[in-house]
Formats: sequence, structure tokens, C-alpha cells
Amino acid sequence: MAERSFKAEVEHLRKGDGETFTGEGILAITKALLENGVGYVGGYQGAPISHLMDVLADAQELLGELGVRYEANASEAAAAAMLAASVHYPIRGAVTFKGPVGVNVASDALANLCSSGVNGGALIIVGEDYGEGSSIMQERSHGFAMKSQFWMLDPRPNLPSITKAVRDGFELSEASNTPVMLMVRIRSCHVTGSFQTRDNVPPPLSVAEAIANPQSDFNRVVLPPMSYIHERDKIDNRWPAAEKFIVENGLNEVFGPQNAPLGIAVQGGMYNGVIRALQRLGLADIYGDTEIPIYCLNVTYPLVRSEFDEFTAGKDHLLVVEEGQPEHIEQQLAAFLYRGGASLKLHGKGVLPMAGEYTGQVMLDGVTAFLREAAPDLLPDQIRAPNQEAPQIPDLSNTVPIRPPGFCTGCPERPIFAGMKLVEQELGKHQITADIGCHLFGSLPPFEIGGATMGYGLGPAANAAFDGGGERRAISILGDGGFWHNGLSSSIGNMVFNKSDNVVMIVDNYYSAATGGQDILSSRADNATKATNNPIAKALEGVGVEWIRQIDRTYDVAKVRDTLREALTTDFKGPKVIVASSECMLNKQRREKPIRNAAIKEGRRVDVPRFGIDEDICTGDHACIRLSGCPSLSLKKLDDPLRDDPIAHIDQTCVGCGNCGEVADAAVLCPSFYRADVVHNPGGFERWRAGMRTRVAGWLQTRRDARRMRLTGAAP
Amino acid sequence: MNMMTPETPDAASAQIIKLAVMAVGGQGGGVLTGWIEGLARAQGYACQATSVAGVAQRTGATIYYIEMTPDTGRQPVFSLAPAGGDVDILIAAEMMEVGRAIMRGFVTPDRTVLIGSTHRALAVSEKTVPGDGTADAGEVRAAAEIAARQLILGDMEALAVSAGSVISASLFGALAGSGALPFERHAFEDAIRAGGKGVEASLRAFAVGFDAAINGPPAAPLAQTQAAPRLVGPASLQRDWDALIARVDTLPAPAQDMIRAGLRKVVDFQDLAYGSVYLDRVAQVASHDSAGQEYALTFEGAKHIANAMAYDDIIRVADLKTRASRFDRIHDQMNAKDGQILALTEFFHPRAEEIASLLPAAMGARWEASPRRMALLGRLFGKGRRLRTHRLRAFATLYLLGGLKSYRLRTRRHEIETAHLDAWLTTCLDTAQADYKLAVELVRNRRLVKGYSDTHARGLSKFARVMGALELLAGRADAAEWMARLREAALQDPEGRALEGALRTIRSFTD
Repeated sequence: MAERSFKAEVEHLRKGDGETFTGEGILAITKALLENGVGYVGGYQGAPISHLMDVLADAQELLGELGVRYEANASEAAAAAMLAASVHYPIRGAVTFKGPVGVNVASDALANLCSSGVNGGALIIVGEDYGEGSSIMQERSHGFAMKSQFWMLDPRPNLPSITKAVRDGFELSEASNTPVMLMVRIRSCHVTGSFQTRDNVPPPLSVAEAIANPQSDFNRVVLPPMSYIHERDKIDNRWPAAEKFIVENGLNEVFGPQNAPLGIAVQGGMYNGVIRALQRLGLADIYGDTEIPIYCLNVTYPLVRSEFDEFTAGKDHLLVVEEGQPEHIEQQLAAFLYRGGASLKLHGKGVLPMAGEYTGQVMLDGVTAFLREAAPDLLPDQIRAPNQEAPQIPDLSNTVPIRPPGFCTGCPERPIFAGMKLVEQELGKHQITADIGCHLFGSLPPFEIGGATMGYGLGPAANAAFDGGGERRAISILGDGGFWHNGLSSSIGNMVFNKSDNVVMIVDNYYSAATGGQDILSSRADNATKATNNPIAKALEGVGVEWIRQIDRTYDVAKVRDTLREALTTDFKGPKVIVASSECMLNKQRREKPIRNAAIKEGRRVDVPRFGIDEDICTGDHACIRLSGCPSLSLKKLDDPLRDDPIAHIDQTCVGCGNCGEVADAAVLCPSFYRADVVHNPGGFERWRAGMRTRVAGWLQTRRDARRMRLTGAAP
Repeated sequence: MNMMTPETPDAASAQIIKLAVMAVGGQGGGVLTGWIEGLARAQGYACQATSVAGVAQRTGATIYYIEMTPDTGRQPVFSLAPAGGDVDILIAAEMMEVGRAIMRGFVTPDRTVLIGSTHRALAVSEKTVPGDGTADAGEVRAAAEIAARQLILGDMEALAVSAGSVISASLFGALAGSGALPFERHAFEDAIRAGGKGVEASLRAFAVGFDAAINGPPAAPLAQTQAAPRLVGPASLQRDWDALIARVDTLPAPAQDMIRAGLRKVVDFQDLAYGSVYLDRVAQVASHDSAGQEYALTFEGAKHIANAMAYDDIIRVADLKTRASRFDRIHDQMNAKDGQILALTEFFHPRAEEIASLLPAAMGARWEASPRRMALLGRLFGKGRRLRTHRLRAFATLYLLGGLKSYRLRTRRHEIETAHLDAWLTTCLDTAQADYKLAVELVRNRRLVKGYSDTHARGLSKFARVMGALELLAGRADAAEWMARLREAALQDPEGRALEGALRTIRSFTD
């Protein structure tokens, strides 16, 4: 079950000619795929395109009606490989994943696909995860387009432009027999807006019809000598065909006055940022009517020289706005200018920073710096000679704490790391590698466990140098998502093969949780369209792991600790794998809360647990927080002059997972934690028994209070 | 790193209203954004919203961003992210997010209406410090007053909870009340209704948020009217208590409030006689003190002697866990209604050390000295126990333990605590003659002793190391400052790394 359901929104995908769609970018892309006769779709989830996968999964009924095949691929490589269907068959296919990590994983399949070339339109929708909020290394997907020679679309970030790019992409792909990558940045994926819809179009040839008449042609297989011919074909035929299509169909746009001594060339995705900077400088209105000519590159690869020359003719200064590095576009445009003997001055990286996101401020500063050099007269007086002192706002950088993401309230992974921390306190620090997924938060405070992450499913592989053994066994962490993506073969299989003596902790939370809770092979949920419930432990046995320990309730911190200690100290030689399984709390709550509330309403007996802390017993040393970090476990300042330090406190959001009680027990912390179970709709006997207990306890309490002085009012 | 942009003559972009919401994961920032978007469209505005989802869900900080302008039929070019110096309305759903907004330059005096919630969702870095690591909200408030054109600050979280809803609704109300958007109140409420989920509760929270924006937040919005702490008991003991409390009036006036608080704590911990011993100790400190020093030593002494005398032993924990007032409090906190039953589970994990310390003093000392006997105790008692205190058996066990007060003063633990207390107090008072300020710091060092089991042992060892620095520092003019610095360092991390660094520094200039 995915984090967010799009069942309601999916109905909008049925809209027809002349209707208006209003909603999120991701949904608009899905709609555009259907309008353009796509025959099959697939992909691998990951921010920012997870929602696209979720929309497709929720839209399976509609896809089925249209004869469109939807596949949840095993990885980005698998998704890219699926586009092989368009090599021989005239079927439009689209896959989606995040860039650049997804593109890295997919690059082998992409390279082969590009060499073979396609017959049907092949579209790769990449969520470019760059800048604020990104969870991955800061790199560009652009280089992959240059390497394998597929075309790159980077449309202006509004719904009409993005949906048009889907159509353009398919047509460009077919016109040039080349796959096309449609790049959408993280905010474009979630941007809201409207566009005019058209009727959905079933694929002229469906995949089901296609396999009735299989096709093959060895000329398309990547083997010598055909592969040499493919390379020539790219340069001699496909590239010119692409340029021709781009120019004839006006894929790139030019805005602003025809004749001006300066201009700006910008990636389509950066267009709105440039316009905002110009708006703020009084050089554009809110509709984008600009006084500075703009060459908007909705296609960022290939760059079309003839078009560019036309734009720069008669100009003295050009600004290239290209986010990220290396500055591939700027270098190419510079080469065009140099080869053409132009005297035009090129600005780009320099007035704009080489690295980092082009935020509003960066863009304003960059455009201002460009104009200061190229056309200072255009700048408003205020900018040229500010006559107003800006008021001094106190510097808060030492006050405001950073807030990195962390484990959710009740997360079943937290007790695993608490257990690992306890083992560390006992046996000392170990060499630990992490993997991609929520569990990577374990490398942050308060746990600080794990020192490297090399890629999805590569946690154990990243410890391969230590497979030979040594004084202490190395530990690696692997999530269930990573396990099925790549880990089973690249990490676990090879540990067996290389006779590794190390330890693996598989964090199994029943979902691909970090990407939004999509089902995977070992998910416990029943899924009508997928085969789930395939245990990880069985797969481990299958590849030859002999030492396997399954923990079915990760909240048992002591058991996690003891099992890991055993793995680190046992005489057994060979890989030792612990599978620690408990359901992702975010998904569990989403599933169970409505059921629980309904049961309470219906008068059935329901037990709702929550944790609490006795204020007068907690001494405020915060050891529990250092072993937990739960968002619901916070601090509270007491109104007690005798106490200096805030005490621990559990707020309303507690889901009663039990981690803090377990940690207090396993780490021998303190007796201030308690669990309170509120029993809704108790039975008659239960009520009677509780009443009796309360009366007896009450009698004892009154008896004692009659013989002593005790505090009242404040705690206790 | 405050980014201030001089006011630009951006008449064009001034036609666009720019609104940013800075929230922490799980605060419903997406819902709030949806309402604002729906409101704008319903009022004939072209509107665009963006967000960076994903991280928000997992407790990170996140920004939602909305732009709107009257719809003319032509598509405006909106920006996808807020820019420093170019935000009209900034809604921050938490106090440090208010600070972050200011730091990032999103709040500027020429244009920004700042609506912020003053409640805190503590960052991990604030919570893990063994002492008090919480950030200073006062600094953020001061900065907000300078940075914002119009400022609305209030505990929107508490307001929403009081209305049975969540913060997104009270913030939406405050937005309506601020008048920053050119729409009527009913249009906002219609947007909530159009959302269709939890409408009634949301409208209630909206209303309190609206009022808070117009009239300022209620003076003490939801401060539970908690009675002042006092001691109660049977009439016979009350008389003796009155006599005891009367003695406080003979002690230095500036410290009397603290002495009364301390007295209450130790009598609650043990009995009236114990309270008398407490007052003797405080009087002894006062005899070394003077009005010229504003009785700082007595004040601090009153506080820390009380804490030292009311140490955390099993008897105290058992007593506190079985009090009627505790059951009532938990009932309230858990929102248990009539007809519902509350079941309680306590998490105990005594070690051999705690059991031995409960033995009679001489015997406890012998057992502690014998590893074999300690191992036996560990085997017999030293395991995690879940006590279900709503059941009579567990309740009775704790009740009996909690009733061991008359025996407590003969335990090994009491002997150790008393010796430790006396040694510390003697050191403090001996120092007071030569260096009064240093003595005050020595008294304050007692703050380092806290926690149970290993944490307690670590606290004691830190305390010993900080106190041990007295030898190095005594006689120096800046001894008191250094002693305070050492204590602060000891509170920074559990392992005592900062303390070790500070001690090294001291040794470097005393050698």
C-alpha cells in the first residue's frame, strides 16, 4: 500500500476533449501519456517521481481498459530494459525513475537501448532530484544523454508545457529512432496548475497484440559489426533527424524583442526563475513579457546550432542559465560561438555559481550581475545605487538547530539501531556500512551507526574489502527494498561466494518504505495485481546463506542486541545474516487507525497503548533520547525551582510501539517509563474487576496518606 | 547569513501574492496549502502551489510555496520557490521554523506578514544534550519583531488542540485574521468545507486562530491552573509541619522560597524529622554566608542539598509509582473517559548494585565487596521486569517497597548518600572562606549527579572529575568561572568528551 492513494484523482485521468484538468504535475504527466497512445508503462519508485508510480498503480483499472500494460519494475535498470519493446515494435512506451541515481543504475540498459535505436516512441521520465530537499548526491542526468546519445527534454515548469513535452517526446523519439528523456525537477513534479485535456487514445498496437506476431532483426542487436553501424547511424541519421524535428516543430521557444544587444539562453526548467528575476528588476511583467530576449531550451540535448546562431545574431552579450555542473550546455554553446568566430561575450558560470540550486536569490543576483556588465542602463536606479540602509536583523545561525529527517514516531527501525548501539557500547565500535533507505537515518545522531553508503542494495558489497576477516567482524545494513533491488545478488550472493565472515542486518519493514511504501516481493500485504509474501529468509537460503536469524518483532531491543552479539562472536565461519522484520509504522497506522476507530465506534473492545514518563522519577539526563530519538519523545521544562534540566516527555503523537520501554529495560536506564493501555468498551467482568482493584488500591493509598505528609499540587 | 535585498521597484511581481509555509513533518502543511489554493481559485485567482514532499513526512523541515494573482484569463509566470526579500506572507508552524524563515531572508520589514506558532518541536540535537540544550526562542522572537512588517505569534498548536483539531486549521484561521489575503472570512471557511474532512473540528480551530490573530493570543491560553505545590497530611503532623516551616523564616530571606521548596521535597521523600535535618544543613550553610553576597550560597545550597537528600532509590520510585495522585494524573494525560479502563505497565530493571544498596548498611557493604555475592544478586533480581501496577499483586509489591521509609535511613544506600553529601558540603564550606564565588559553583556542581544505574554512575564520575579540578583551580582569580565552565562542559555530552577537553585546557595553564 503506497503512502498516498490517488484513487480519487485517477478519475480525472478519464477527462476528454476540451475539459480542464487541475492538479499536480505528476498526475498531468500520467494523463498526457494516456492521451498519446502509450502502450506500456513502468518504472521504479523514488523521489520525486514516486507519486507517478503510485498514480499508475492506482490507475490500473483504467490502464487495463485502454490495453496499456503497467509493470512495477525491479529496478531502474529493469525499467530501462523494458523499453526494449519499442526497439522492434511500433509501440510507445514510457518508464520513470529518479535521476541521477536511477539513471546510474539504468545506464547499462539505456546505452544498449540507444545503440539499438527504437521504432516506437520511448520516453524516460526522470525526476531530477537536485537542490533543496534532495536526498541524494548532487549530480546531473545530462551527462548520460551526451554519453549514450538520447535526447533530453527540460520543459518549462507549467502543466501545459509539461504535458506538451510528453507528446513532443514521443514524436521526437519516433522521428529520430532514439529514446527521449523527459526531465522534471522536484518542484515541477508537485507543482499544481491546469491544462486542457484531450481524449485518451488506446495504443494502435497493444503489447498483447504484438506478441501474437513476434519480430526480431539481428541488425538491431548490439554486437559487432552492427554496433559500429549503430554509432554511425546515431551521427549520420538520428541526430540530424532530431535537429530537424526540433526546429520544424518549434520545440524550443524564443521570447522577448527581436532586436536587442543581449539575450539569455535558459534551460526550460529554469525559465520561471529567470522571469521572476526579470520581474523583480522591472524587466518583465507577470505574464512573462520580457524586455530581454530569451532563448528557452525545452530541448537541452541536442543543442541546435542553426537555431542558436539565429538567436545570437547581432547580440553582444549572452547569459546562459544552466543549473548544476559540469556546465555542459554552456560549453557546447561556447564551442558553437568559437567555431563560428563570434565576438559575442558569453556569461554563465561566473555571474551564476557553478554548484548548487538556483534559488530565487541566486537567480536575481546572477541576472543582476549579468545586466550590470551587459546593459547597466537597464537596471533600476535602486539596484545601481542603493540609497537605503537595510535594517539589521539579528543573526540566528547559532540559535536555530538543523532539522535533518529522521525515523518517524514508532518506527520499527529505531529499536534495531538502539540494539546496535548497545552492542557497540559492549563490544566497541565496528566497521559498519549503510545502505539506501530510511535506515540510512541511523547514521545520523543520535545513533551515528554506519559510515558509508554506496548505493541501493550495496551495503554489504561496500564492506567487501573486509570480507577476508580480521580482528572484528564488519557489519553492513541492507533494507528489504535494497535487498530485492540489487542486494540479493550483488551483496548477499557474493558474500557467500567470497566466503565472507561478516554480518548483515537486513531491515525488513514490509515495504519499499523510503520511497513511499510501495509493495515488494516480501511485503506481507495481499496485493491483487502482485505476488507478495515471499520471505527474505528463503531467498537467503536459496543463495547459500547458512547462518540466518529471523527477528519478527524488532521492538524487542534485547533480542536484537543479543542476536547481533551472537553474530559478532559466534565461531561459525561464513556470512551471518539477521533479518529484522516489523511493519513500517507510517503504513501500519494508515492501515490500522481507521479500522481501530471504527471498532471503537461500534462498541467493540479495543486496547489503545501509549507511553508516558513519571515526571518526578525522570532526572533529566536524556539517556533514553540518545538511544531513541523518537519524535514523540521530547523534553519538558518543569515549573520546579529545584530542577535545572528539562525532563523527558512523551507527547500525544505516541503510537505505543514500546520502543522506549524496551530501551529503558535493555539499557538499564531508569524506571520512569510506563505504558498506559486505555481499554475502550471493556466487558462487564473486566469493569467489575477493575473496580475492585481500584477500591483495594484506594484503601491502601488512603491508609498510607493518613500517616504522612505528602506533596500535592505540583508533581507528584 | 541574513539575506537582505534592498527594496526593488518590482511593480510587476508585486501583483503576485507570494506565500510560504514552513513546517515540520506531520504538521499538515499539505492540507493548509490545499486550503489556501482552493480558497484562491474559488475567489477568482490564478494560483500555483509547490512543495518538496517526502522529507516532510520524516520529521524534516519543509517548505510549501504558493503564488496567486487575480485571474485575467492569461497564464501568469509563477516562481516555484520562495526568494529572499520576496515573500508577502510567511507562515511558520513552529518557533525554530520562524527562526529558519528569518535566517533564509524570507521575512523582510518592507513586506512580510509573519504568522508563527510559538510552540516547540525540538530537534534531535536539542534533545540529546544531557543538560539543557533547547534553543533560545527569545532570540527568535526578538529577530521576528525586527524582521516582520506585521507579526502574529501565538501557540497555534495549543490553540488547535484545545479545539480538538490540528495546527494547520488554527494557522489558516490566523491567516484569515491577519487580513493579509484580500478575501472575506467566510471564503476561508468555505475552503475548509470544500476540503470535506474533519470540517467541524477544523472550523473550531480556525475560529480560535482567527481570534488570536485579531486580539492577540489568549494571555495564558491553556495553562492548566495547577495549584501551588504544598504539603498535606493528617492534622497531627500538620502542626509539626507548621513548626518546621516557621523555622524557615529565621533563615536568610533571599533563599526562603527555595528552602521551602526543598523542605517540601525532603519531607515528602522521608518525614518531618528528615526535614529538620535538612534545615540544620541549610542553616549551617547560611552561617558561612552573608547579606553582602546576597546569600547566593544558601540559595544554591537549599536547592542542591534537597536534591541530594531526596536521592532516587527503589523505595522512592515505588512510593511515587503507587500514589493515588499518580493514577489520577495518568488518567487525565491519557484522556481516559468514564467507562474506560486504564492498564499500567512499569519497566523496571534493577541491577545487583541497587539490590545491595537496599540492604542494611554494614551488610550491604560486605555484599558489595564480594563479587560472588553480587553475581548471585544479579542472577536473582537483576533482570528486566514488567510490573502491571493496575493489578493488585504488582501494586502490593511496590506499595510494600514504598512503605520502607522507616528502614531507609539504615540502608547501605543512605550511608553512601549521606557520606557523599557531607564530603561535598564540607568541601564547599571550606572553600567559602577563601573564595566565595568558587564555593557557590562547587555547590552547583551537584547538578551533575542524576539518572539511574549506569547513567547515575557516569554522573557521579563526572561530578568527581569536576570537583577534582578544585585542586588545580583553588587560589586562581578566575577559579569560579572555570569551575562553571567545567560543569557546562560536563553537561554537553554523555561520554564527557567536552569535559575532558576543558580539563586539558586547565592543566595546560596550571602546569
